[in-house]
Amino acid sequence: MIYLDANASEPLRPEARATALAAMEVTGNPSSVHQAGRAARRVLESARESLAAQFAARAQDIVFTSGATEANALAVHALGRGRSVLVGATEHDAVRAAAPKAAVIPVLPSGLVDLLMLDQMLAAYPNALVCLMVANNETGVRHDIAAAAWACAAHGAILHVDAAQAAGRCREDWLKLGASSVALSGHKAGGPPGAGALVFSSAHGEHVAPLLKGGGQERGWRGGTPALAAIAGMAAALDQPYEAVKIAEYRDELEAFCVGIGGQVMGADAARMPNTLCVALPGVRADTQLIALDMAGVAVSAGSACSSGKVAASHVLLAMGMGDLAGQAIRVSLPWNVTQADCTAFKQAYEMMARRALHRNPVPLTQAQFAN
Amino acid sequence: MKIVVAMSGGVDSSVVAGLMHEAGHEVIGVTLQLYDHGAAVGRKGACCAGQDIHDAKRVADKLGIAHYVVDAEARFRASVMSEFADSYASGQTPVPCIACNQHLKFGDLLQMARDLGADALATGHYVRRIEGAAGAELHQALDASRDQSWFLFATTQEQLEFCRFPLGDYASKAQVRDVAERMGLAVAAKPDSQDICFVPSGSYADIVGKFRPDALEAGEIVDEDGGFMGTHQGIARYTVGQAKRLGLPADAQGEALVVRKIDPGTRRIVVGPRTAASRVVKLRDVNWLAAIPSSGLRAQVKLRAREIPQAAVITADGAGVALLLDAPALAAPGQAAVFYDGSRILGGGFIAA
Repeated sequence: MIYLDANASEPLRPEARATALAAMEVTGNPSSVHQAGRAARRVLESARESLAAQFAARAQDIVFTSGATEANALAVHALGRGRSVLVGATEHDAVRAAAPKAAVIPVLPSGLVDLLMLDQMLAAYPNALVCLMVANNETGVRHDIAAAAWACAAHGAILHVDAAQAAGRCREDWLKLGASSVALSGHKAGGPPGAGALVFSSAHGEHVAPLLKGGGQERGWRGGTPALAAIAGMAAALDQPYEAVKIAEYRDELEAFCVGIGGQVMGADAARMPNTLCVALPGVRADTQLIALDMAGVAVSAGSACSSGKVAASHVLLAMGMGDLAGQAIRVSLPWNVTQADCTAFKQAYEMMARRALHRNPVPLTQAQFAN
Repeated sequence: MKIVVAMSGGVDSSVVAGLMHEAGHEVIGVTLQLYDHGAAVGRKGACCAGQDIHDAKRVADKLGIAHYVVDAEARFRASVMSEFADSYASGQTPVPCIACNQHLKFGDLLQMARDLGADALATGHYVRRIEGAAGAELHQALDASRDQSWFLFATTQEQLEFCRFPLGDYASKAQVRDVAERMGLAVAAKPDSQDICFVPSGSYADIVGKFRPDALEAGEIVDEDGGFMGTHQGIARYTVGQAKRLGLPADAQGEALVVRKIDPGTRRIVVGPRTAASRVVKLRDVNWLAAIPSSGLRAQVKLRAREIPQAAVITADGAGVALLLDAPALAAPGQAAVFYDGSRILGGGFIAA
C-alpha cells in the first residue's frame, strides 16, 4: 500500500517508537510517591521539558491531553470563559464543535483567513478569544499567525492556535508571535496516537479550569492518569528533523501532474504546508476518486470522514467558496518518509482513475512517460 | 470480474457479496448512506450512520472484501423523499422504492461502478436476469412471495445489462439465510427491513408533512355529485381505492364507499362505490424492457406491488401508453403498472393522474 494520508496520521517515527517502548517498560504511576512513581514522573516531566524547549514555553504551562481534539476543547473551555469566541471558517471540527456558538471569521477563496474581517469583528467583540489553525488539515493553507496575533493584541483579544498539522513539520514559535495557547497532536507528527498537549503562554497558564477534574493530575488541569508511552513518543516525534524541502518537491511534482490531467488545486494562492495537496477533479465525486485510488493501493482522503467512513462535502472548501468542487476534491498528504516510488505509484493510479472517470481512454501511461 | 455489490447491511445483500466473493470475483462493497439516521430517529447527537452501515462493514470485514460508504443523502432527499411528499401533495400515491432504485441504485451507484472500472453491479433484489436472444431479460424471482420485479420495472435495458441479481434463483428466503449462516455472517438472523426505510416510526404522513404541510391540511369528503359527506385530515392520508379511514357508512346497497378521486386543488376526496371502476388506465414515464409493440399487446399487468396479475391489452401510440383492462379496476395514480409475459417483465409505467 502507498500511504499518502499523513494529515490523518503520520507513520510512526522510529525515534518515537523507541522512546514510547522504553516508557512502556516503566512500571508506575507518576502520581505515586514511591520510587516507581518517581521513575514514571521522570518520563512525564522529561517529555514536558522537551516540549517546553521545542515551543519556547515554560514546562509548568504545558498540560498533556488525549490529543489535539481535547487540547482544543480545553483551550476554548479555559480561555473562552467570559469572552466571545471567534473561530476561523475552515477550523477543524475539534474547534468548531467545542465552540458551537462562536462567530465565524470568513476565509478568502485562497483559504486564508480574511484579516480585514477579523479586524472588524474584533472591534465588535472586544476581549474575544480567537481560534485559528496554523495549517489547514485539508488544504495545507497556512494562516498568517503573526498578523492575526497582532490584530488580536490591538483589540485586547487573545489567540488560541491549533497547531495539530503544523507542529513537527515547521518551526515557528507561536507563543512568541503572540498566541496565548497552542494545541499539539502526537500522532500527526509521527508519535503514537493517544497523546496531545495544550501549551499556554506564561500569561495564561495559571487560570485553567479543567474539563476533567478526575484525580487532580496535571496539577489539577486535567484529571486521569497520563498516557505515558504516547506522551513520551509525542515529545520525541515532534523533535525530529523534517525534510520540508524534499517533501515540497515531491508535492509539487504530484501537483503539476494532477493539474496536467485536469485537476484544480485548492488553496494554490496561499502559503501551504509542504506535504499537502488538495486537488479537485471537476465533475468526479470525491468518493469515487478515493475508492478508485484505494483499489489501486493508494491511500488518500477527502473532506472530513465521519465515523461511518462516509465522505461528505468539505466544509473547508465550501467556506472557500468552491461550490461543487467541495465534493470533488481529494487530499494527498505526504508522510515524512515518502519516496519517489510512492509518488510514481500515485501518479499512475491517479491517471487511471481520472481517465476512467472522465470517460477518456483508460490506457495507463508507460513508465517512460513517468520518467522525469 | 470486478463487481460492485450494493450492501444495505441486511442479510440479502450480504449474501450477494459473499456469493460473488466465493465465485472468485473482485468484490467492492458499497453502502449508500441515504439519510441521516440520527435525525430520522430523532436522537440529537446520534451518529449519522445507523446500525445497518455498521453491519455492512462487519460483513465486508468478515468476507475480507473492500467496503465503502457513499454519501447519497442530498440525492435521496431530492429525488426520493421530496418527490414522495410532492406526489402525495398532488393527490397521488408514490412508490419511493422505485424512485430509489431508478435514481440511486441503478442511477448514481451504477455510474460510480462504471467510473471505478467495474464489470457489473450486483444487488440483493429478488428478481432474475436471464440472458435472452436480444439481450438481458428481467424475470420474476423463483420465490413468488419475495419477488421484487414490480419495483424494478424502471430499470433501463442498458442498466439491466450491467446488473446481476443472484438471489432471484433462490427458492426461499430461508435458503438465503442458510447461506448467510454457512458463511458465518452475523446478519444471518437479522429481521427483514421495513416497507419504507426512511419512515422508521411507520407514520409516512409525518414525513410528508415535513416537506409539504399542505398535504396534511383538512378538507372535505364529497360524493361524486359534490355532496358533502364528511371531512378529512389531509389528502396525503388517502389512496384511490382505499376504504379505510373515511369514517363513512356503507351505501344503500350495503357496499363500503371507497376513494375514487383525490383533487389536490380543492383538497377534496371524492368517494363512490368500488364497482363503478374503469377499464382504461393511462400511463406515464413508461420503460420498455422488450420491443415496443406496434399494435395492441395482450399481457398480464400488476397495478399494485402485491396483487395477482390481471389481463389487459397494452397500446402504445402517439398519444402515449394506455391499458385496457379485461375487468375494471380502480388504479391509484402514482403507483406502477407493470407488464408481464409469464415471468418476464416487458416494461411498465406510472399510473397517470
